[in-house]
Amino acid sequence: METALTILLDGLVFSSYLFIVSLGLTIIFGVMKILNVTHGSFYAWGAYTAAFLIGLAANAGWPDWAGFAIIFFAAILVGLVLGLILERGILQFMYHRDEVLIVLATFGSFLVLEDTILLVFGVDPYFAFQPMQLLGSVELGGIARDTYGLTLIGLAAVLAVTSWLVLRRTHWGKLLSAVIFDRELAMAMGLNVSRVYIVTFVIGAMLGALGGAYIAPTVSVAPGFGVDVIVLSFAVVVIGGMGSVPGAMIGALAVGIVRALAVHKFPQFELFVIYAVMATVLVFRPEGLFAPVKARKI
Amino acid sequence: MRQFRKAAIAAVVAAALTPAGVAVAQDKPVKMSVVSFLSGPAAGPFGVPARNGAEVVILAINAGKLPAPHNTKGLAGRPIEVEYIDESGGNTKQVAEYRNMVEKRGVDVALGYVSSGTCEALTPVAEELKKLTVYAVCGTPRIFEESKPQYVFRTMSHATSDNVAAAYYVREYFPKIKGYTGINQNYAWGQDSWRDFDAAMKQLTKAKASTKLQWPKLFQGQYSTEISALLLDKADLIHSSFYDGDLESFIFQGQTRGLFKKKQVVFTVGETSVYRLNKRMPEGVVLGARGPYGVIVLNRPSALNKWFIAAYKDRFGSYPPGPAYQYAQAVLATKIAYDAAAKKAGAFPSQDQVIAQLKGAEFESFSTHVKMALGDGHQAITENGYGITKWDAKAGEVKLEKVKFYPAECVNPPAGVKSVDWINGGMKGAKCG
Repeated sequence: METALTILLDGLVFSSYLFIVSLGLTIIFGVMKILNVTHGSFYAWGAYTAAFLIGLAANAGWPDWAGFAIIFFAAILVGLVLGLILERGILQFMYHRDEVLIVLATFGSFLVLEDTILLVFGVDPYFAFQPMQLLGSVELGGIARDTYGLTLIGLAAVLAVTSWLVLRRTHWGKLLSAVIFDRELAMAMGLNVSRVYIVTFVIGAMLGALGGAYIAPTVSVAPGFGVDVIVLSFAVVVIGGMGSVPGAMIGALAVGIVRALAVHKFPQFELFVIYAVMATVLVFRPEGLFAPVKARKI
Repeated sequence: MRQFRKAAIAAVVAAALTPAGVAVAQDKPVKMSVVSFLSGPAAGPFGVPARNGAEVVILAINAGKLPAPHNTKGLAGRPIEVEYIDESGGNTKQVAEYRNMVEKRGVDVALGYVSSGTCEALTPVAEELKKLTVYAVCGTPRIFEESKPQYVFRTMSHATSDNVAAAYYVREYFPKIKGYTGINQNYAWGQDSWRDFDAAMKQLTKAKASTKLQWPKLFQGQYSTEISALLLDKADLIHSSFYDGDLESFIFQGQTRGLFKKKQVVFTVGETSVYRLNKRMPEGVVLGARGPYGVIVLNRPSALNKWFIAAYKDRFGSYPPGPAYQYAQAVLATKIAYDAAAKKAGAFPSQDQVIAQLKGAEFESFSTHVKMALGDGHQAITENGYGITKWDAKAGEVKLEKVKFYPAECVNPPAGVKSVDWINGGMKGAKCG
């Protein structure tokens, strides 16, 4: 029973992490049809900025709880700055081009941003353990769990509910749905698609940066930090269906729970299971679990 | 008369040019590449200190300021022209970089390398290009056990000694351990490390290995689930060969969950993080440095060790960690071979003459005695040591308690015997004093 509870909690924590980092990716793809490789850089820049600022705050004698405010500030700052630079500086000139070229442009931007991290922050890892240390641990299922890790579940739930409410219950959400459904028709109806793209890309960038910033207190933030997360979040988004928020949630849950089960019961298969889930889903539903059905244009 | 004048002019010109020509030849530097991780997750904890260790020694060699008997300038009198190269990017990139270094940039000595995978990939290329290559770190024992390279050397012990020494240490200081498990990175380094530790534990103790070993991928960063599994595992000891950012992330996540209080953890390469984590390094952890390097030998009183610690601290503001020692040792070994070869030849030596001197060499390095005893004289063996972490509040730094060194012939296989066969065969011939 204790093992089952531990597997469930481990699965939920990892699923929450996966959902947070893949949400921005799937929103950008859903609205803009861009497979954004730069997402890994948003993640890494969010982590570095948060770790750097938390370190500064600690040295300046700020209380540890300030770290939480810094995490969200770092995510907004990075998303705003990098999102605007990339969308206005590069992507807006490429929307009419082939999707493969846009992927290459985001890949190029990713490489540039990775090297920029080295220039700005150097090669030494950054530590920002204060928020995790502040929350300590709780006993659950017979073992100690870090409370900070459990807050990931809460954050993921808040993001899931908020994105659902925004998409389904707000005027802005209806505009987004119109663009997602048919960009050309939305333009023809007088919708400012360019503005929708800017806002969507910046929000996607903020979510990517938030993933990195929130993880920063639990890890050693080091160069190359954003590389693996691209692969993981792509796997989640592909399982759930490209561009689907509920899909990203279900994809993250499936991967997180199955992986936790593997680590506890068959650890030798840990690396394999994520991609096994993806392959299985793709065999039966090549478009992913929740990809919206598209009408064929004539 | 005319012919005499011509001859006289020729003689004067020749006389004028010859010393200059000799001077040019003497001043021609020895080109050395020093390769380590300068970017990526292994750069901060491992690659950069390694590079810095090499730099301290190379600068001293060029200035003739190494302690005696190494206080002659340069390698066999010629200065070292060094090029620092990034090891990150994978084996294919490193092979291409190596070929560029040797074939286009005329490097005389290729030195360094941290990654076991890269060393395995480079060895046949070094043999093909017939270039003196001195590995400073890379751990896998396979390089000199599965082939007999002529141009490749490694100046520190391979990973087998780390894990055999760890098993001896566990037997000596934790005799009540009933079960052990492991969390190691899922590639050659992690797998070889666990294989040797497990085999040595089976020989030396009655403890049982867990059936649920953790094999996260390299640079995974998130270990929440693995830590839960380790906490639930009945094994009371955890072995890990983690290094770089993975090690530090694992420590942060494990510390919050009380892992290091509930389980006895052995980090075979944990020393690389001692100076960086400082007070954040958990107490009571068994720590290794892949040999007698870094914090484990901080108090060794030899002149070379004192000089190295002072020179490194003066230049970089901190004590030298293990990788700095290991790269410094490789540079020193190269100097010793060049100088000995020059002395024997009476002139600047050829590459073959340098190789002949390095083969089977024995020398005192900064912190230990090095013997090129394995792999037909191409693979070094040294003693290996472990200690237990303890925060010293008065000094404001992590100290090691119960430091114990095991002789080189105790923790390394004899020449001509494969490591894994030696361990499984009961470690015959081990001289543990």
